[in-house]
Amino acid sequence: MFRLVREPIDVPALTASLVRPEDGAVVVFEGVVRGSARGKKVRYLEYHAYEPMALKKLEEIGMRARKEFDIRDIGIVHRLGRLELGECSVAIVVLSPHRAAAFEACRFAIDTLKQVVPIWKKEYYQDGAVWIEGEG
Amino acid sequence: MSIRVLFFAALADITGTREAELEAEACLDVASVYARLIDTYPQLGALRPSVLCALNSEFAGPESLVRDGDEIAFFPPVSGG
Repeated sequence: MFRLVREPIDVPALTASLVRPEDGAVVVFEGVVRGSARGKKVRYLEYHAYEPMALKKLEEIGMRARKEFDIRDIGIVHRLGRLELGECSVAIVVLSPHRAAAFEACRFAIDTLKQVVPIWKKEYYQDGAVWIEGEG
Repeated sequence: MSIRVLFFAALADITGTREAELEAEACLDVASVYARLIDTYPQLGALRPSVLCALNSEFAGPESLVRDGDEIAFFPPVSGG
């Protein structure tokens, strides 16, 4: 399951919707909004996306993860719009018979997402806002 | 031919728009499209070394050919996650 959403991500519900009796391991990664960056206090973030391409890239990451690792399924949900500190910006759920492949696939998925999915983050501070470019 | 151009993130801020239409007589490559856009939005020039391009939702290099009806997007390095 691959989605771009504007409402808070319900990670337990997402996980419950994906897990099946044959799974022996579930690895969940959550990216959350950090309160400081580059030595500055962050008030909130905004995420923008090139949506059709971002969705296509999420699906490609999922296909590659299923092909290259011994996992049964993977789901990726990224939130867009304004996010407050501590909120979940991205959730990745990997399900597999055994844990090693699930950990590896999850790491692969978040690292690849940060390189190829056209989504951008704008950090808002007390004294302005900056678009972050590249992995920040 | 007619090309639909999309801008994202800092490029949308700098140009003041998320979308533009470009009319061209002949087939252009991505680099030529960007050069044409700099004529209209000179501030795009300084960003050229880091700007990425997607042609019909797939990453494209400066020499990729743009055809009539294509959608071309320009954006900075991505920062999702």
